[in-house]
Amino acid sequence: MAGDLVNLLADLKEQEALKVVKDRLAKGEDAFKILEDARKGMEVVGKRFAESRYFIPDLVYSGEILKAVSELVKPKLTKEAGTKKLGKVVFGTVAGDIHDIGKDIVVFMLDVNGFEVHDLGVDVPVQKFVDKIKETGAPVVGLSGFLTLAFDSMKQTIEAIKGAGLRDKVKIMIGGGQITEEVRKYTGADAYGKDAMAGVSLAQKWIAG
Amino acid sequence: MAKEWADMTPDEKQEALIARWMAPKDPQIKDAIQMKKLPDRVPVFVAPSFFPAYHAGITPYDAMYDYEKCAKAFRDFVFEFAPDGNLGAYVPGPGKFFEILDYKLYSWPGHGVAKEQSYQANEGEYMTADEYDAFIEDPSNYFTHSYLPRVFGKLDGFQMLPVLTGIVEIYGVAGNFIPFALPPVQATYQALFEAGAEALKWAGAMGGFNAEVITAGFPLIAAGFTKAPFDFVGDTLRGTRGVMLDMYRCPDKLQEAMERLVPIMIKMGVGTCMMNGHPIIFMPLHKGADGFLSDEQFKKFYWPTFRKVMMGLIEEGVIPMPAAEGSWNTRLEVMSDLPKGKTMWMIDNSDIFKAKKRAIRFVSPGHATGGEGLRQKTRRRMCPGRRLHRE
Repeated sequence: MAGDLVNLLADLKEQEALKVVKDRLAKGEDAFKILEDARKGMEVVGKRFAESRYFIPDLVYSGEILKAVSELVKPKLTKEAGTKKLGKVVFGTVAGDIHDIGKDIVVFMLDVNGFEVHDLGVDVPVQKFVDKIKETGAPVVGLSGFLTLAFDSMKQTIEAIKGAGLRDKVKIMIGGGQITEEVRKYTGADAYGKDAMAGVSLAQKWIAG
Repeated sequence: MAKEWADMTPDEKQEALIARWMAPKDPQIKDAIQMKKLPDRVPVFVAPSFFPAYHAGITPYDAMYDYEKCAKAFRDFVFEFAPDGNLGAYVPGPGKFFEILDYKLYSWPGHGVAKEQSYQANEGEYMTADEYDAFIEDPSNYFTHSYLPRVFGKLDGFQMLPVLTGIVEIYGVAGNFIPFALPPVQATYQALFEAGAEALKWAGAMGGFNAEVITAGFPLIAAGFTKAPFDFVGDTLRGTRGVMLDMYRCPDKLQEAMERLVPIMIKMGVGTCMMNGHPIIFMPLHKGADGFLSDEQFKKFYWPTFRKVMMGLIEEGVIPMPAAEGSWNTRLEVMSDLPKGKTMWMIDNSDIFKAKKRAIRFVSPGHATGGEGLRQKTRRRMCPGRRLHRE
């Protein structure tokens, strides 16, 4: 039974997955356990994406299914589902750039891999990154950008983090279609991720390692 | 006597369009496209996005609001770098025009993004998933009444317009015209008059640029553009997220809408080429790139209607110039299923060696004459194509 939901979600069977959730809720099963199965299903999705068996549409669709599952389950939750998170990551698309697809994918992958992600959205002003790092004490920062103009915004954001005396408290990764090692050097970031999984590996290395 | 257009073969049509085109200073462009003989060198041109503006020391805002400055920047760029062809000065577009119509699909310099930056697309579900039927039934009517008012704030009066195909016979016909007496509709038409005048002003500057640059020996590379149906739906109607979900939730509707778009996209490309006496049509490709779809999804949803559009263009002698923005390495094999000498590609970040290998296989002696059932390979690196402006 429990395996059903995990597999149905992993295989992106939306209607069947939602039916199982409804049935289990109707039988009075603990909502938290259902959500936990859904989370396990998402882990499989993430794994398949990392193995290039799933692609961006699969991630987007799995996110939609999870959202629908959560909506069914949430009213029955007695307490906030408190799975222990691996660590905090502050994430956003830098100032001037309004692209979100790449950022959303990395945020999603970090989330399903157990990180607590503070997603600041797109076109994020430099100060907002600094404030959020102070507020959360997150040890990892992710800066996303698609356009070449993002290079300067990334550089300015990292300089502002340094100016606020936070540079030695955080590791900073950058990513986006145009990002290369050259760009990383230019911006002063610690590393860049070629794809979403590289971002997850970096966060794991920096937080767990 | 010259043959009538309708009696010509696709090859003859292509030759006729090429002949009507600004006689290329460098016939190598024609050779590179047709692949009947190898050119001595690869013709080179650049899709420069806003580079000419930056290079001239003006901002993208200046380029969008001062048409003369824009034309001069692009003119100087062409004369300085002397490419084998040019793509016109159309990238910046008329800022004032977008303002007049309250265009929402893009944020542009000084209007949502900084004056020093390029415009950027605001993706959204401008068409909802339950509107596929309305779109499929009558795309023009759907555009008029639903889509255009959503992407242009000032066109909301269009929602009140009559269905034009209802204007038949004498009885009741006047009733259809009542909406034109209503203030919101009149306001929309007022905005349209202003926008039209602004577009004309911009076109004047572009025309001057084209005349000067083409006469100097830098032919315009494309007459205009058309799109792959999957991108048409994904870029501007349903958005990336929307079109991706539709592949799972309503794949048949998505397919039907794309099929509906095939003749429309062909007509858009052919019409532009005929009007301008030009053989080449630009096709910016976005959502079929590596990773954006699985191989299976690419073969099922992206490629078939994209290929149909290209084949329809080719049938009319038009040369599709797809710009495969991003990396398309996993698609090269599938995309090589096209007739020889009929297309021209920008390959952006795709592996240049893999792409070239296809071209070599294509022109190797054993394949040179082509033949029934032979998988034809056309892949030319015409230019170090950079993505133009989005995604």
